[in-house]
Amino acid sequence: MGPEDLIEAVRKRLGPAVEAATDSFGDPVLILRAEAVRPALAALREPPFDFAVLLDLTCVDFAATEGRFELVYHLYSLAGNVRLRLKASVPAADPAAASLAGLWKNAEWLEREVFDMFGVRFEGHPYLRRLLTYEGFEGHPLRKSYPWRLEQPRIPLKEGP
Amino acid sequence: MSGFDFLTTRFETALGWGRKFSLFHYPFITACCGMEYMSAACAHFDIDRFGAGLTRFSPRQADLLLVVGTVTHKLAPVLRTVYDQMLEPKWVIAFGACAVSGGIYRNYAVVQGIDRIVPVDVFIPGCPPRPETVLDGLLKLQDKIQGQRQDWRWARKT
Repeated sequence: MGPEDLIEAVRKRLGPAVEAATDSFGDPVLILRAEAVRPALAALREPPFDFAVLLDLTCVDFAATEGRFELVYHLYSLAGNVRLRLKASVPAADPAAASLAGLWKNAEWLEREVFDMFGVRFEGHPYLRRLLTYEGFEGHPLRKSYPWRLEQPRIPLKEGP
Repeated sequence: MSGFDFLTTRFETALGWGRKFSLFHYPFITACCGMEYMSAACAHFDIDRFGAGLTRFSPRQADLLLVVGTVTHKLAPVLRTVYDQMLEPKWVIAFGACAVSGGIYRNYAVVQGIDRIVPVDVFIPGCPPRPETVLDGLLKLQDKIQGQRQDWRWARKT
């Protein structure tokens, strides 16, 4: 099944949840409506698509230019040996999306990472707390609005550069 | 052995000589510089030739702390604790660009040089440093130890 066929099949299955479809280096990319992410991915998890692997879940900050964060989901189907990338935009003012917890086990940690780095809330997540930064860390360091040299030491440090 | 029936030296010099050739090091390895550490420590370059071959995996048994790799703010208290656990006399080597200055990382996560956390005796730059550079740094530390006023804890009390 080529990328065009896959896009066609997914569009047929998901209907209006898909806003647009493109192609990136031979891999299909779909733009989803944010509120449709969880049901859409739940459908892709099942046969005939059978996207059993959530390869990655990450986020891009377009807050300054376009006022939105873009969530990026990478799926892989072991049965069909195809990859699928899905994107959904959430408003920068109150970034929130439905959690994928319960669909893929690793989504829990990936969502915690996105929450930690970008401050996107995932509704329905069983334990949404910081994953990588430490207790007492303020802000979300991968946001463009985070001061790029702001350090938050845990112990008193000697004066540095 | 005529002509070498006796030898005079200062006690400090003898103590420094003993200390510089019996460094027990604790490798605090966090990143890719660890590969160069392994190369320097194993048979090919062999830091044991210079008397620093005995790796201790407890800071309580070590007197040379090798900080090899990037140290983040999350890790900083750990490094401080490790240093505090070591017994006097103790020395620290910052191994690699990240430990020296933060290296290529200038962001929210990375400490800009471990001398902001613990006192450092020798900085070994390089990304990563070649094993020869590491050996050179070790020799510089040995020079420093030899030249130091030796810290005699038992003598100081009197």
